[in-house]
Parts: sequence; C-alpha cells; structure tokens
Amino acid sequence: MTRSLASPLRALGSPTSRYIARRLVWMVFLLLVVSLVAFLIFYALPSGDPAAQRAGKGADEAQIERVRHMLYLDRPLYEQYFHYIKQVVLHFDFGFSYSNNADVADQLTSRLPATISLALGAAVIWLVVGVAIGILSALRPRSLFDRIAMGGALLGISAPVYWLALVVLALLSQSYGVIHLIPNTGSYKPLTQDPGAWFTSLLVPWIILSLSFAAIYARLMRANLLETLDQDFVRTAEAKGLSRRRVVMRHAVRAAITPIVTAFGLDLGILLGGAVLTESVFNIPGIGRLSYDAIQDSNLPVIQGTVLFAAFFIIIANILVDIVYAVIDPRVRLA
Amino acid sequence: MTEPLLDVRDLRTAIPTEDGDVHAVNGVSFTVEPGKVLGVVGESGSGKSVTMLTLMGLTRRAGAQVSGEVLFGGRDLVTASDRELQRIRGNEIAMIFQDPLSSLHPFYRVGAQITEGIRAHRDVTKKQARARAIELLGLVGIPKPEQRVDDYPHEFSGGMRQRVMIAMALANDPKLLIADEPTTALDVTVQAQILALLERLQQELGMAVVMITHDLGVVAEIADDIVVMYAGRVVEQAPVEQLFRQPRHPYTWGLLRSIPRLDLPRDVDLVPIEGRPPSLIHLTGRCSFQPRCPYVGGCCGEQDPTLDAVAGNEQHRVRCDMPEERRARVWDALSAGRSPSEAAAAVGITSAEEDAA
Repeated sequence: MTRSLASPLRALGSPTSRYIARRLVWMVFLLLVVSLVAFLIFYALPSGDPAAQRAGKGADEAQIERVRHMLYLDRPLYEQYFHYIKQVVLHFDFGFSYSNNADVADQLTSRLPATISLALGAAVIWLVVGVAIGILSALRPRSLFDRIAMGGALLGISAPVYWLALVVLALLSQSYGVIHLIPNTGSYKPLTQDPGAWFTSLLVPWIILSLSFAAIYARLMRANLLETLDQDFVRTAEAKGLSRRRVVMRHAVRAAITPIVTAFGLDLGILLGGAVLTESVFNIPGIGRLSYDAIQDSNLPVIQGTVLFAAFFIIIANILVDIVYAVIDPRVRLA
Repeated sequence: MTEPLLDVRDLRTAIPTEDGDVHAVNGVSFTVEPGKVLGVVGESGSGKSVTMLTLMGLTRRAGAQVSGEVLFGGRDLVTASDRELQRIRGNEIAMIFQDPLSSLHPFYRVGAQITEGIRAHRDVTKKQARARAIELLGLVGIPKPEQRVDDYPHEFSGGMRQRVMIAMALANDPKLLIADEPTTALDVTVQAQILALLERLQQELGMAVVMITHDLGVVAEIADDIVVMYAGRVVEQAPVEQLFRQPRHPYTWGLLRSIPRLDLPRDVDLVPIEGRPPSLIHLTGRCSFQPRCPYVGGCCGEQDPTLDAVAGNEQHRVRCDMPEERRARVWDALSAGRSPSEAAAAVGITSAEEDAA
C-alpha cells in the first residue's frame, strides 16, 4: 500500500506538494471511515422501518416489501454500504431522500449557499470583535474595560445559542416580539435573489452565532497576548526604540495571533458542515437545518450526505490550517 | 577628569507585585566614563538587571516606582518622556540580553529585525538599511552575511544568535552598550568567543560598555571598573585591578572564592556562599548581607552601613563596618587558601551565634 503510493508521490516534487498529496489520500480514507460509522450507527439505532416510512401511510405489506427491495434495504449490510459508496464515488450520487424522493446531492448543493452565508458572515464578526477585544483587554489587564469585556465574554460563552436566539426572537421579532424590530424566522433569501433581504435576515443569526465564538476568541487572544508581552523578544523590540504601537502590533500580536489562526480555520470548517442550532432556530435553509430534519425523519441518505459533507469541510479545514501555519510560522516545516 | 557618559545617582526602583512592592534597586550610584567598560557583578536577584532596565525606561510598563537620577548626555532619563527614551533606546544606548534565542523574534528574518532598528532612528531607504545590516553581520563575525541576512533566528546556532543580537545593538553606533549576562546561556567555548568579540568591538568602536554578570571571571579581563551588587545595593566598587588585588567586602570575597582561580594553591576547595539573598519585599534596614556573612563578629553596626571610600583611595568604596585592619587580615588568610571559617577564626571571630548571644 505505502509502496504503491510512495512512487507517484515522489514524482510530485517539493516536500510541500508531497505533504498535501499525502494528506488528501488520508482524507479519502477518513471519509470512508466516517461514512461507515454513520452507516453502522444508523442501523444499530432503533429508527423505525425506513421502507415503511418511504412507502407512506396505509401501504400494505407487499408495497413495503417492494420499496424495501427498491432501496436495497433487503440486502446484507455490507452490500448496501458498497452500493452506496460506489454510487457516491462513480456518479457523485448520494441517493434519494426517503421523505420526498429529492436527489440528496442536489439538496446538499442547493442548501450550501445559505450555510456558507451564515458561517462566513458570523466568522468575520467574531474574528474582528474577538481579536480586537482580546488585544485591548491584554493591553490594560484588570482595567475597567478588561473586567467588563471578560465578564461579557463569560456570559457569551455560557449563553446557549438556541436560548439566546429564542429570547431575542421573543423580544424583537416582527410578528410576535415585544418590539417589532427584526425579520421573522424563515425570511432568508439567497444573496443572488435579494441582497437586502439576505442581509437583514442574516444579521441577527450572524450576531447570535458569532457571540460565543467572539467570547472564546477574545479570551484566547487576551491570554496569548499577555503571555507574549512578557517574552524576551518583545523586550528586545522595546530596547530597539520602536514605537509602542509597533512593538505591540508587529512583534507581540504577530506572535500571539498564530494559535487564533488555527482555531479559526477549524471552527469555520465545522460551521460549513452546518450550524445546526442556529439554522434550526432561525429556520435558515442550510445544511444544518437539512441534517436536523433528516435526523428527525430517520432519513438515511440525507443523514449520510450531510455527515460526509461536514466531515469533508472539517478535514479540508485541517489541511488548510496546517499549510497556513507553515506559512505564518517559519519554524514549522511540512514533511 | 572627564565628564561621565552615564551618571546614576541614588537610583531606586520598586516593582509592584501581588505579594507587595519588590524593592529591586535601593539607592544605586555609579558612573560610566566614555569608552570604558564597567562590570556589574552579583547573584540573580541582586538588582543588576532591573537597574539597567530601569535606566532604559523598560520597567515603566510594569508600573515601577522609580526615584533618583540617571544622567546621560545632560538629560535625566528618570524624568524623560516615553518619546525621548524611545529615541535614546537602540540609538544612543543599546542592550543585549541573556538568551539570544528567545530575544529574537521567531517569525522575522534576522536582516529584517536589524533594519527595523535602523529605520526606527535613521531616515534611510530599505536598501541602505539592508546594506548596513549585512555590514553589521560581517562585523560581528557571521560568515557569508549577504546570505545569512535572510535566514530566520532558528537557523542560527546559539553563539551566532548572540552575534546577531550584538549586530542589532550596534546598528546605530550607540555610545553605550548594556550587555545583560550575554554569555550565560552559551556553551563555554562560545562564551569565550563572544567575550572576545565584545572586547574587540568595544575597542574598535570606542563605545562604553556595561557588562552585567554573576561571574567575576567574565569581567576580569575586559572591565575597567567593577561594581558589586547585593540586594539592590552597591556593596563594593573599585577599579578592576584593585578589586582583584584587595577586595574589601565579605560578599566579594565569597564571589571570588566560588569561582575557580589559577592563582590559588591547587588543593583549595571552591566555597559557595551559604544561604540565599534576602527578600526584597520587606527590607530590614540593617546590612543585607549580615545573615549570610561568615565574619559577623561584633563590628557590625545597627544601621545598614554606608558606601564609603577606603582610607587613602577615593575610587575604592565598600559598604561594610568591619575595621580596615581586620579586613586586611581576613583577606590575607583567604588568599592563602584558608576556608572562610578558618579565616574568621584567624582574626578572632569564633562564630556568628556566639556573637549574637
């Protein structure tokens, strides 16, 4: 196995491209494992009879058996699994939804823009807000600003998204809030269709989703920067006669922010696989909402599809983070 | 006598901590003449580094309370604004530190770190600054400087990193270089190379150097004058040859007996100084070395002794109440290879406990 892989990899040239190629091979293997685990969990858990569900209410035994045969559900488990993998690999065919017969691949791709919109928007907010608050707190530790910011961060980390979202909706939503300020749930419009509605419908979800991340990032940034400010190389920068601003930004923050980059890549990767809670509460038609519904309905093909999608994003994010890390920290070499 | 380049007068630094204010520097005075080398010697925690960081203004951010005067080129650095100090740091006064790896930024090429310091003080183009950086790397003995200028600190060995630090410090032709234990983190053979380099550069460039060390051997050859510090104070100061020929303070004796020397008989054991330096949070107001001193024998006063010139020598000062005649006899015994307790007995000091009773 390693021999047959090694020779084409060597032909790829630089250590970095060999490294990336190796990681991509690993990704395929990991995705196979993930799909197998999801498959086994689905069959191990009591989830009702998918064939009966698919056949609909009032279907007789014969009809259910026909459906069972059609969905390969009467085959041994390993055959079902190999059939599924074959279809995915050869035809990018993730099967059809048990609940509405829709093509799962189409469903996933059509719901991806909403998830990307939600995740990227929230990511920008939490990165900017979290890093800025973390830096300001670290520069004046135990000041009033620091105490308020870190107290707020603790609240932000402690408040669950679904609770916070429901409270905000109950207070502010257009049709049943105390003040009618923000759009109702389910008002999402694609960016290409109506940019204004896209923005207003996502603004509150962005803020709610980014809150706990911003809190975590602010605390992480503060702790890292406080530690870095005590480092010898920061003292060297001061001894060179650089301005305070340059000492802090070019020397201390530059070193303190590298772990943030890692965390950011991974968090974004996880969210691209679907922000289940936020999408569900605000009824945003993304991957997260899709997987939530699929789990409710024991809808195996859709569950499998969303799980593989999420795993794909997380693995890709991991690879990207490692590559980016080697770029921003010259001591790291990919090999 | 020439005008001193640096004139530190009664400098005091207290740094607030959770356990209370640490009085790291308690009335330190010394001068550095232009082009001369001053060795500042003492154990860890004797206040030597904090003294130097304070005079560069680098303890300000820790909220240090500073009093006294630090006169440099007619300005008082204690009262100077942050901006003024920023202009002086890395320009007229440069500093190198103990651990060259942690003192260099891990993410920037050494050339960039040197040019940054040049461009902070000089209005030169990037190209000129880079040419100067290569010149400096060559000056401090780094082979192929035009290639190494683009390497990162982790691509250099420990000794080469310290050379990079020295190159960075010399970038703007400082009048004063403060070297804070520049060889402590290095291998012994590399230590000698770095010391030789500093000595050569000091002579070629004619700058004044303050060399901080815990090892008298390090400064014996290159220093003109020595200041011995203990518990945030100067306990003895003298021109180097006087200090080695006739040291006057029991702490200096202890330092000398704790390093290997070729001028003593070969079977003489090294003697560590017993005990640990006192807490600098609660000062007693008495001689701070008394608890560790093997020669306490009825001559100690109630008050902390003052730093006084020894009879007939204005340049040699010592902070100890021991009578001059007894001092001479103790040192004679010690330099003949006797142990501290034997030397104490020789002058009639039986033991510290009896004296206290």
